[in-house]
Amino acid sequence: MCQNCPQPQGFLAELIDNGLLIDTGVDGLYGRSGLFEEVIARFDDLITRHGGQDGAEIVRFPPAMSRKHFEKSGYLKSFPQLAGTVHSFAGDERAHAALLHKVADGVDWTDGQISTEVVLTPAACYPLYPVVAKRGPLKADGALFDLQSYCFRHEPSKDPARMQLFRMREYVRFGTPEQVTEFRATWLERGQKMMASLGVPLNLDVANDPFFGRAGRMLANNQRDQRLKFELLIPIESEEKPTACLSFNYHQDHFGTTWGIQTAAGETAHTACVGFGMERVALALFKHHGYDVDTWPASVRSVLWG
Amino acid sequence: MKTKIREILKTTGKLPGDIAALADDADLYNAGLTSFGTVELMMALEEAFDVEFPDTMMNRRNFASIGAIASAIQTIQSENV
Repeated sequence: MCQNCPQPQGFLAELIDNGLLIDTGVDGLYGRSGLFEEVIARFDDLITRHGGQDGAEIVRFPPAMSRKHFEKSGYLKSFPQLAGTVHSFAGDERAHAALLHKVADGVDWTDGQISTEVVLTPAACYPLYPVVAKRGPLKADGALFDLQSYCFRHEPSKDPARMQLFRMREYVRFGTPEQVTEFRATWLERGQKMMASLGVPLNLDVANDPFFGRAGRMLANNQRDQRLKFELLIPIESEEKPTACLSFNYHQDHFGTTWGIQTAAGETAHTACVGFGMERVALALFKHHGYDVDTWPASVRSVLWG
Repeated sequence: MKTKIREILKTTGKLPGDIAALADDADLYNAGLTSFGTVELMMALEEAFDVEFPDTMMNRRNFASIGAIASAIQTIQSENV
């Protein structure tokens, strides 16, 4: 083990000491133990028990998407600082030798890397929109999808609740403004009820996305003014700054316009989603109920394990 | 000032219709101004009028019409004096 490297402290250190997370040497990038995965799987199942009856179409994408679709999505307008793009070596043998020399010398070897057709998925729903657009106009009752994917955000942190690669489960609704706002209202209620059954302290609040730069303040203020994003917060790393574990988002016609998605009546489709931060919820459970799941409150064990 | 704002609106904000046909109090969001269009518009206004919108004034209301924009810029200019 690196003796001179700063060692993790606080909750992160406890998670590592208890074997739930495995240190990789990179902040926000951790291995998960079998028990940690068991809790994630139980929570995943709980979500399905609350939302499965809605008849969502289940789709699973790998944790990467088409660069062209990513560029078109507008993500770079809002969050250039969080994006992760995949690059690869495409040089000849001479360039390969130069690369190896640079690696051996400990200097930057990435100047010969070129961008590939792949970027890391920033949110589970991003690969979905072009797929839905390609299918043509929505049916009269719109569309509903069930997604889960590892997502990448470049924001290295010692806060275990702010990982660079984490899983996001989502239900995404497409339709008229009425259909999608009703979906969000249903999940606002359902999500709170579901999380309350897990015996963790909750607080629902209006929120905004971390839009980039000073101009991003405007987008954030507008998002708050219009109450487009709500978050269900649970204290994990800090009492003062609780962590968003579920989010309830009304995108208005943003993705419908971007991708040319139409309702059955030919209007631009509106979209909304509910997102579940899988690792964050698992961390909240370990934080509030302890590292030994056998000693968790019986009511919580019964909700998760039946 | 409103003439200058109209000139800026012609090149930024990506409004589909005729800017000249918009009344001073016409709702720019109804005319097609998007969130990102508002951001571009704000940056163009800041450069043209040599002002900086403070965080508290970065909201939809201050960009809702040509009149609202003029009044916001006047407020910033008067507070800077």
